[in-house]
Amino acid sequence: MQLSRSLKNIILAELLFPIVLLILGIYHGLMQTIYRSGAIHQSGAVHLDYYQGLTLHGVINAIVLTGFFAVAFGHATIAFYLKKEPNKIAAGLSMWLMIIGTLLAAWAMLSGNASVLYTFYPPLKAHPFFYLGAALLIVGTWIPLFDWASIYIKWRRENREIKLPLAVLGTLVNFTIWFVCTLAVAYEVLVLLLPWSLGWTKTVNISLSRTLFWFFGHALVYFWLLPAYIMYYSILPKLAGGKLYSDLAGRIAFFLFLLLSVPVGVHHQFSEPNIERGTKFFQSMLTFGVAIPSFITAFTLAASLEYAGKQRGSKGILGWMNKLPFLDTNNYLFAYMISGLILFIFGGLTGIVNASYQLNSVVHNTAWIPGHFHMTVAGPVFLAIIGMSLYLFSTLQGKKIFLPRINVIIPYLWLIGVLIFSTGLMWGGLIGEPRRTNLGMTYLNPGNSLYHPQWVPTTLLGMAGGIIMTLAGLLYFIVFFGTIFNKKSATAGLEFPLSESYHDEKRIPLFDSFKPWLIIMAIIILIAYIPALTEVMKNSGPSAPTFLPANPTPGAK
Amino acid sequence: MILNPGGPSHFLLCWFFWDCLSGSVFTRSCFNAIKKSIMDKFEKRVLGASGIITMLFIFSILYAKNSRNIDVPECIPYNKTYENPKVVKLDTNLYQVYAVAQMWRFEPEQIYIPVGSTVDFFLTSKDVVHGFDIYEKNLNMMAIYGGITKSTIKFEKPGVYKITCHEYCGVGHQNMQSEIIVNYPSAK
Repeated sequence: MQLSRSLKNIILAELLFPIVLLILGIYHGLMQTIYRSGAIHQSGAVHLDYYQGLTLHGVINAIVLTGFFAVAFGHATIAFYLKKEPNKIAAGLSMWLMIIGTLLAAWAMLSGNASVLYTFYPPLKAHPFFYLGAALLIVGTWIPLFDWASIYIKWRRENREIKLPLAVLGTLVNFTIWFVCTLAVAYEVLVLLLPWSLGWTKTVNISLSRTLFWFFGHALVYFWLLPAYIMYYSILPKLAGGKLYSDLAGRIAFFLFLLLSVPVGVHHQFSEPNIERGTKFFQSMLTFGVAIPSFITAFTLAASLEYAGKQRGSKGILGWMNKLPFLDTNNYLFAYMISGLILFIFGGLTGIVNASYQLNSVVHNTAWIPGHFHMTVAGPVFLAIIGMSLYLFSTLQGKKIFLPRINVIIPYLWLIGVLIFSTGLMWGGLIGEPRRTNLGMTYLNPGNSLYHPQWVPTTLLGMAGGIIMTLAGLLYFIVFFGTIFNKKSATAGLEFPLSESYHDEKRIPLFDSFKPWLIIMAIIILIAYIPALTEVMKNSGPSAPTFLPANPTPGAK
Repeated sequence: MILNPGGPSHFLLCWFFWDCLSGSVFTRSCFNAIKKSIMDKFEKRVLGASGIITMLFIFSILYAKNSRNIDVPECIPYNKTYENPKVVKLDTNLYQVYAVAQMWRFEPEQIYIPVGSTVDFFLTSKDVVHGFDIYEKNLNMMAIYGGITKSTIKFEKPGVYKITCHEYCGVGHQNMQSEIIVNYPSAK
């Protein structure tokens, strides 16, 4: 289909902007593995301090890239499946808010005034622009939800008996989760942190701000993941040459995410004070609940791929695995998605370890954690984002892929890199290697009294993986920018491969409307979070003054 | 009681959990009640299997929690007295450590205790958020301004156990380590 010029430009700008920033994000990803391995024993390199770069790496890769992409992909999904274009003024306003917010926060981080990491745990204080930028970025992502919801209502009035396309259902579920969870972090940033960083209020309740952050922080990972899931359900089966095994399974998975994405945030706080064991245990159980939609997805996708392999003439029980189009240059999205899926097997399993209540004490805040989430957010999420960005650029502009043979091996190279990297980090985590630490300065410095030789092999493995990942990233940038600058050679327009369903169930009203699910969502969130917040208010002591990362004196300027 | 993990005070939560959220049961009843005929036999099998696996995981957690007493750190209502670092000997093999984290050291910096001691650690922070990790003992706590965490461990083997700060706490984060010396060079 043809998009209007203005919407097309908004989508392209929202894809291009974060990928340009990603150059910086990936650069510091590589640098971290180098510092950590002890190859350099410095606090910074090339005018970028370790923790400053770590903040940039987290904010750019995990918030900016994912947020911009989710909005751009959402616009494309709504326009393509509902055949109605989002409102241009709303879309433009949302884009500018996100860009201005990102630039404000980027200035604060690059000038060294916001080395507080992407979790910005108070009482470490950043420049007010960092908080303001984060708030603008978040508000910018809210605007499309309301616009899309009104498009959906209009579409529903015209199509009473037709199932809402799965991709649109996923997009609306995703942004509803996002809106609900970001309410807490917007409150944290605008009410607690911004006045405090400007000096208008003197202190801030640390446990409260952390609990609000993690109300947002775990739902955030589903906001990352759901665009990838949407592609897996609505595009991947077609790319593989088959059909989606069950359309209803996809709907159930998305609605379960709606119910359970938010009320699980306390599982990031198992090790901390002011929240009692009962609440922690309860949310640990809810976290097992949120594994169910991923189990459903694993089965449905494997079944869809098996069907595709059999359609391609495979024999035997496992023969289908060999028949899939792994290296088909015209079908490169398949390579990006299957690599992500393979990583997610390990990402999901290690996630269950983290959620397992007391088992969390073995891994909490050790290198195991980044080992785990690089197989989720830097696995299916990242690969789906960069693959789809490339796809949207080439189809919306009618341009051929630059170096198609290289393009199709990038995701496999990335897959190998992440597996090595994560093996190193997780092994290190199990023998006590801390995350978010410039290990090269002390623990991996043979000349330092804190030298820990047992972390040498693990951090070297991490660096080896990091180098391979960076190589894949470099190749991607070459292909991506090469494609942008290619001559126009085909008709431009928005097209997604459309997967049919193998079991195309008839419409069931319960799984095609949001109301009942939104009500259950609200009830579960209240049941999970009222005790957590009450306990925080009851148990915590005084609020904390401000501290700068380089100064142990409270209230230092 | 293994079926009532939080004790009587959390009866309501447990009731809610066992009724609504034993993962697969919830999903399965959803499937069965609403659309019995359309679910294919493979889907039924895999849902059953994933339900059993989830229950096994949950059973393991309950077993570790209730029968082996392995739990997450305990939360203690805030009290200013916990901000004075000290080691208290309650009995020959029973110690209390009141640890305080600050930018960028732990106090007490060296802790001497005899082999075979059981130690209660109480932890708080004087400034930003810090971590407190003794990986050999799976002791893993966060130090937070205005909050007190407690964990208990037993040191059965002599040696030097390092306490590492594993939460970013500013430019000196990578220097923040202290140690527990279990009977070496001699108990003080």
